[in-house]
Amino acid sequence: MNDSRALSPAIEISGLCKRYGTVEALKGVSFAIQRGEFFGLLGPNGAGKSTLINIVAGLVRQDQGRVAVLGYDTVKDWRRARRAIGVVPQELVFDPFFTVEQVLEIQAGYYGCGREVRPWIEQLIERLDLGGKRRASMRALSGGQKRRVMLAQALVHRPPVVILDEPTAGVDVELRRSLWRFMRELHDEGTTVVLTTHYLDEAQDLCSRIAIIDRGAVRVIESTEQLLARHPFRFLRLKLADGAQLPDALRPLVTGHKNGALELKLERDRHPIGAVFAALKSAGVDIEDVHTREPDLEDIFVELTAARVPAVQQG
Amino acid sequence: MDMQATPPIELRRFSDRIGFVTLTRKEVRRFMAVLGQTVTAPVITALLYLLVFAQAMAGRASAYPGVSYTEFLVPGLVMMAVIQNAFANSASSLIQSKVMGNLVFLMMAPLGPLEWFGAYVAAALLRAALVAAAMLAVVTPFVHLPVRAPLALFAMFLLAGGSLAVLGIIAGIVSQKFDHIAAFTNFFIMPLSFLSGVFYSVHSLPPLWFHASRFNPFFYMIDGFRYGFFGQSDVSILASLLWSAGFLVAVSAVCLWMLASGYKLRR
Repeated sequence: MNDSRALSPAIEISGLCKRYGTVEALKGVSFAIQRGEFFGLLGPNGAGKSTLINIVAGLVRQDQGRVAVLGYDTVKDWRRARRAIGVVPQELVFDPFFTVEQVLEIQAGYYGCGREVRPWIEQLIERLDLGGKRRASMRALSGGQKRRVMLAQALVHRPPVVILDEPTAGVDVELRRSLWRFMRELHDEGTTVVLTTHYLDEAQDLCSRIAIIDRGAVRVIESTEQLLARHPFRFLRLKLADGAQLPDALRPLVTGHKNGALELKLERDRHPIGAVFAALKSAGVDIEDVHTREPDLEDIFVELTAARVPAVQQG
Repeated sequence: MDMQATPPIELRRFSDRIGFVTLTRKEVRRFMAVLGQTVTAPVITALLYLLVFAQAMAGRASAYPGVSYTEFLVPGLVMMAVIQNAFANSASSLIQSKVMGNLVFLMMAPLGPLEWFGAYVAAALLRAALVAAAMLAVVTPFVHLPVRAPLALFAMFLLAGGSLAVLGIIAGIVSQKFDHIAAFTNFFIMPLSFLSGVFYSVHSLPPLWFHASRFNPFFYMIDGFRYGFFGQSDVSILASLLWSAGFLVAVSAVCLWMLASGYKLRR
């Protein structure tokens, strides 16, 4: 085995460009996901996430650039690259002609796996709570069950790298939590997991590192802690007494209204909370309730994708 | 960061073969799951043609000495069923997978163009063989069919069935919805198969249509197949074999290029 390949990243993307007609879906994206990471790929709709994943999975051909999975080039060494990766597609797709068990055996066969993979298929069926449905036709399954079969299909050849493209979209809370648990177990067993999701709390809880992609470029790529600490602001929610008005000096800080309360966005350096209370006191404003909130990933995501943050390139 | 050593990805010696066999079996299971639609229905349709044409043309002079019109008709109908079903098998499987979206599971797998090609053609040939065998089994008690050139018969079946299976893959790749496949069938496969000498000898046609028929690849498929039964045909068996083999090579080249380049599949 080539030593450089042994330590090569789980996924290495360099200078990836893709254009659909006049739309530039990816504008020279470069970054690497290391082995053993639980990596979040976030971005608004149409940001280029799915194009990126589809190129990594071999579903779409890039115009320029290179992708390698565990050091295997997805174009030149595509058989090994595809053996190394399992992808759960975003859309709920299934083959209506087959049962759950047949679908998994067929998928394993595509990857060159024979009878030796049966115990693993059994394990997947049990762990994904599909035991009672193993002989059920795919068309007879609920949406959540179909999604779990899709997850099993992506894992059936035991790939060291797994990409989950919005695996919890449209699933109920209970299933969402069981999928989270399963993804964590998968990661604990050594699998590199790449997750795209619109549930930012999900990314915040699960991912150790996050890339935010927007308009075909990576806006930021940092560890989740760094990302959360990146913006030195906090939120102050104030419920004023009946008839009380916020002083003019504080009005520019208001970012929202909720249940009769005002939410103020305070920069830690420029707007200490003490100064806000002093301003309220000097204006004679009575306060009914106060609540502070640290910024979460959603606040940072909105800020980064709303503003024209310059793209970053990482090797 | 947690750097982990992962064992190298070994491509096992027969992994491609397992992939090919799996895809072939899956394609066979797909049409076997709806056998009434994929085998029984075309057999009944072809038998109805036989019944109607054999009755309507009962008094017609035979094309070949010692071969009745009904006997003349059967090989042509069998080959027409082979042509239509080999095409339908590949085309409908691909378009269904495309429309349902489950083609991604195959596209993400480490299966190359040759495995795709081989599996779809093998499954289509099996379906065509089942339809042909069922038709022959039903008509044999009523119609005398000698087999004068079994090798030619088998070769023509493989060349014709193979070509149409490949055309079905091409149609499936190019099409985006069921309507497109229907257009291929209605405006290309059906007219060419009906105007290929199934119901008549091309020698009975006016000169213009006689010459036009010589450019229809389906004509050679049917004529060569008929030679396999009677040892007689409108053109030489060599011409039929060469035309059919040439057609198979041409459509296979286009199809393999499409699969290798990801044409309309990996955009």
